[in-house]
Amino acid sequence: MNKITNNKAWFLVLPVFFIVAISAIIPLMTVVNYSVQDIFGPDNRFFVGTEWFKQVLDDSRLHEALLRQIGYTFSVLLIEIPLGICIALTLPRKGWGVSACMVLLALPLLIPWNVVGTIWQIFGRADIGLGGYVLNMLGVDYNYTQSSVDAWLTVLVMDVWHWTSLVVLLCYAGLRSIPDAYYQAAKIDGASRWAVFRFIQLPKMQSVLVIGVLLRFMDSFMIYTEPFVLTGGGPGNATTFLSQYLTRMAVGQFDLGPAAAFSLIYFLIILLVCWVFYTVVMNAGQREEH
Amino acid sequence: MTLTLENITKTMGGVTHIDDVSMTLEPGSFNVLLGRTLAGKTTLMRIMAGLEPPTSGRILVNGTNVTGQRVQKRNIAMVYQQFINYPSMNVYDNIASPLKLQGADKAEIDRRVRETAELMHIEHLLDRLPQELSGGQQQRTAMARAMVKDCTLLLLDEPLVNLDYKLREELREEIPNLLAKRDTIVVYATTEPMEALLLGGKCAVMHEGRVTQFGATTSVFHNPATVETGLIFSDPPINLIAGHIADRTLSLASGHNIALAGHLSGISTGNCTVGVRANHLSVVNPGPHAIAMQGNVELAEITGSETFVHVHFNDASWVIQEEGVHNPRLGETSTFYLDPSRLFVFDADNRLMAAPPVEIANGKAA
Repeated sequence: MNKITNNKAWFLVLPVFFIVAISAIIPLMTVVNYSVQDIFGPDNRFFVGTEWFKQVLDDSRLHEALLRQIGYTFSVLLIEIPLGICIALTLPRKGWGVSACMVLLALPLLIPWNVVGTIWQIFGRADIGLGGYVLNMLGVDYNYTQSSVDAWLTVLVMDVWHWTSLVVLLCYAGLRSIPDAYYQAAKIDGASRWAVFRFIQLPKMQSVLVIGVLLRFMDSFMIYTEPFVLTGGGPGNATTFLSQYLTRMAVGQFDLGPAAAFSLIYFLIILLVCWVFYTVVMNAGQREEH
Repeated sequence: MTLTLENITKTMGGVTHIDDVSMTLEPGSFNVLLGRTLAGKTTLMRIMAGLEPPTSGRILVNGTNVTGQRVQKRNIAMVYQQFINYPSMNVYDNIASPLKLQGADKAEIDRRVRETAELMHIEHLLDRLPQELSGGQQQRTAMARAMVKDCTLLLLDEPLVNLDYKLREELREEIPNLLAKRDTIVVYATTEPMEALLLGGKCAVMHEGRVTQFGATTSVFHNPATVETGLIFSDPPINLIAGHIADRTLSLASGHNIALAGHLSGISTGNCTVGVRANHLSVVNPGPHAIAMQGNVELAEITGSETFVHVHFNDASWVIQEEGVHNPRLGETSTFYLDPSRLFVFDADNRLMAAPPVEIANGKAA
């Protein structure tokens, strides 16, 4: 059989190619360009090779920010995923309660990041904020502008409040797709509530949970607006996560070279973690209990 | 065990799903629930299982009332239309799961799992996950799970519907044999008359929440007690026409007159409904005893070895099933033949008055 060659098909790919080029490849290459040069002016630039990368990797404040970031993201996942599953399991399955719950759950998701930051900034103040006032009344010495632990916790609670709904909605969708016959079969077998969760609900939610974890990981790993609005990364460096540090470097100090190098490393970390997580989970799913 | 349903009624939101059903299922019996979609088959099974309580009526096991008893205590098993297996367990663990929950010891579990797997021909798939199996294998696993524990009641809710034709035939042949030696009461729901006949055993015909007839499958098929039963237990549905009996003659609404003879000779006079199955009508003249009739051809379905001719006859649509390929012209009047010795006659209250004697191995099957 003769293979028919028709190069016209390439024209159909061109629009996609242009869009991807403009939206992703060209900006990324600009960053790559910055990361290997020291630029003083439009006509005054020097190629510096991997120097910026070395500098960035040796930066101890960046190491701190990275550790802080990892700790924060881990806490976010550790709280939001189990909490989301628990809430999804307790939601009603039919009746008017379903739409009421959906609306309530969707509300935080509709609020922009900086508004969330502002809400919690005011809510947490000891003088005019309900949350801060009540906590201080109860004898807890809570002040996010002075205590690093308080600031860190506030950002964490803020994220949990803002994004747990997303995990709930994803899990709820996963749960709803399980045919009733599974529950009946388990009931006939005499399976316990835990066995139903472990052997029916959890495996059936696996794919949506993977998406939930990936989304929450990427989003929380890139958190910027909330700590920026709350304390601008403080007190001290308590809530200076990677994005804060990067912005300070690029916009505050205008160190474009190191900032570009760091951006690339940042990008690769996220890509790598997502890829490893996805591969591991998918392989585990295939091989589980073999 | 003997399972007795006493005046079971189930209403949900003002709608009656099960309407005063009473029946007794014998130990070791194979019972087919035959009815169209929404006839109440699944609801009745769920009530038998104890998954749902009846609105009124009692369920007795060996004479003991178990109406309010929880499903876990009843020692039953159920197989569904969908292939229901635990998604994260392999076939072995899936089959073993009911035994583990019963607390059987390891060696016993292993022996019975392997035995049942062999019976279902899935012994080579024991370490696979359900998602790695074909539909037929998944359903075999689900059935093995149901059969591995010696349950007293095994409910199969249209288990073969989602399988392709070939697999369905294969499993349908195996099912009665697999269950023959057991003491279990088997209840098998289906919408297909053909399937009911192939499975044999006893058959309960359901219509709008009622059991219209319960008896040996073949005898229900040959003697449908009511017009409804005849319509449900016949594929294509039995052809009907109004008639009147007087002076030893049956006059059909179409104007044809039939002298009462053979199985029709004893029937009483008055208005009646006459039924004839599609395979007892023919487009070729079977002999001098046949009555010729005219109808307008609406459709001809050729299945390969048989032709189903749909004709407009006496303001109704009749179906004629004929062996071989026939190509009647659509929209034109065509002659077909009715064999008077194959008529079902129902009285004015739609109850069976006369059924044709059972044909044994000659030409057309009964």
